[in-house]
Amino acid sequence: MRITQGTFSFLPDLTDAQITKQIDYCLAQGWAIGLEYTDDPHPRNTFWEMFGNPMFDIHDAAGVMLELHSCRKTFPNHYIRLTAFDSTHGTESVVMSFIVNRPEDEPGFRLVRSEEGGRTMRYSIESYAVQRAAEGARY
Amino acid sequence: MDAALQATAPTALLEASGARAVLDKLDAELVGLAPVKGRIRDIAALLLIDKLRAEQGLQSTPPSLHMCFTGNPGTGKTTVALRMAEVLKQLGYVRKGHLVAVTRDDLVGQFIGHTAPKTKEVLKKAMGGVLFIDEAYYLYRPENERDYGQEAIEILLQVMENHRDDLVVILAGYKDRMDTFFASNPGMASRIAHHIDFPDYSQDELMQITQLMLGQLNYRFDGAAEPAFARYVALRRQQPHFANARSIRNALDRIRLRHATRLFGSTEPLSRDQLTTLQAEDILASRVFGTGSATTQKETS
Repeated sequence: MRITQGTFSFLPDLTDAQITKQIDYCLAQGWAIGLEYTDDPHPRNTFWEMFGNPMFDIHDAAGVMLELHSCRKTFPNHYIRLTAFDSTHGTESVVMSFIVNRPEDEPGFRLVRSEEGGRTMRYSIESYAVQRAAEGARY
Repeated sequence: MDAALQATAPTALLEASGARAVLDKLDAELVGLAPVKGRIRDIAALLLIDKLRAEQGLQSTPPSLHMCFTGNPGTGKTTVALRMAEVLKQLGYVRKGHLVAVTRDDLVGQFIGHTAPKTKEVLKKAMGGVLFIDEAYYLYRPENERDYGQEAIEILLQVMENHRDDLVVILAGYKDRMDTFFASNPGMASRIAHHIDFPDYSQDELMQITQLMLGQLNYRFDGAAEPAFARYVALRRQQPHFANARSIRNALDRIRLRHATRLFGSTEPLSRDQLTTLQAEDILASRVFGTGSATTQKETS
């Protein structure tokens, strides 16, 4: 099951040329770009691991692409997302984020039903990938 | 048809690209440096002609523009590097046209595993612009075989080769030491296409530079001050540690100090003229005139 998360998530995966253009846009807005990766794709897992520091004084997309390539080399089978941080006073948060790398095979989620007191039923989802192996060995 | 031909004539293209304005500015603001300006013109010409060739469907690989600036201190290497970034931006060779100036400290780490991220960080910042490495020969320390400089050089070489259209690397330093640096790093020497030597300035050129600097600072010499300063320059050039335009700038700064002290004692209100005019006595108070023989001090005032 293909994970959709962040901006452009319902489009086909962006090509490198398209990613470069998006980075150019972010840099033109004065946003700082960061790379994050994870192997736990649960939608509530918002804090992914950072790959290096957020790139503050970068002027050109080529610099970010350099870092993205080395991130892909290190984690070829992880989810990698690119985040753009707006440091404007009052905003100071991530304003754009999209997935730039995903594992070959995404097994998807299991729906977990648990019965509570009375006739209450609670539902949650659990990633098969997380279930079957420990962190770092999932994909 | 004629109009179309006109539009692609090299001169028209040069005007349109805005590179002409930058080149003219270069001519106006940089005194002397004929070989340097010549080379920049050549590069501008090549890039423009390449553009025309590309339009005709001819083979046009972007040339390698990594450069090495050699010359004595104060001959304008950094200034030209800054301008180079502008020129290359106007010609569309680099995308952003910013200059990242670094020295050994910014590239080489303190411990194992520190150098590569540090160098890469700098390279990332320089992407789309010009990376200026001042005193590049310090990167290579032959006396210490475990020096981390070598690692930085290797990363640099790799990026210079693989990201040729993303950034331009300019190395700068004194001539003899750069020559030794290249002799021990043949890979570096072969990847740098342009070796530009910055000649020392002549007495006349130094005086022109003085006038330019004074103009920018809103000062001027009075009648007697100009020959006095010419004498100062002639004497100063004989002394050790003469750093061309940089020495001139330092001398002017000291003259401004003396000028300010002289005016400070005044009890009357000062006119605009007094505030801008440097007199001969401000210059002649310099130690360069007094000590003909004692010339061992650094940057004598």
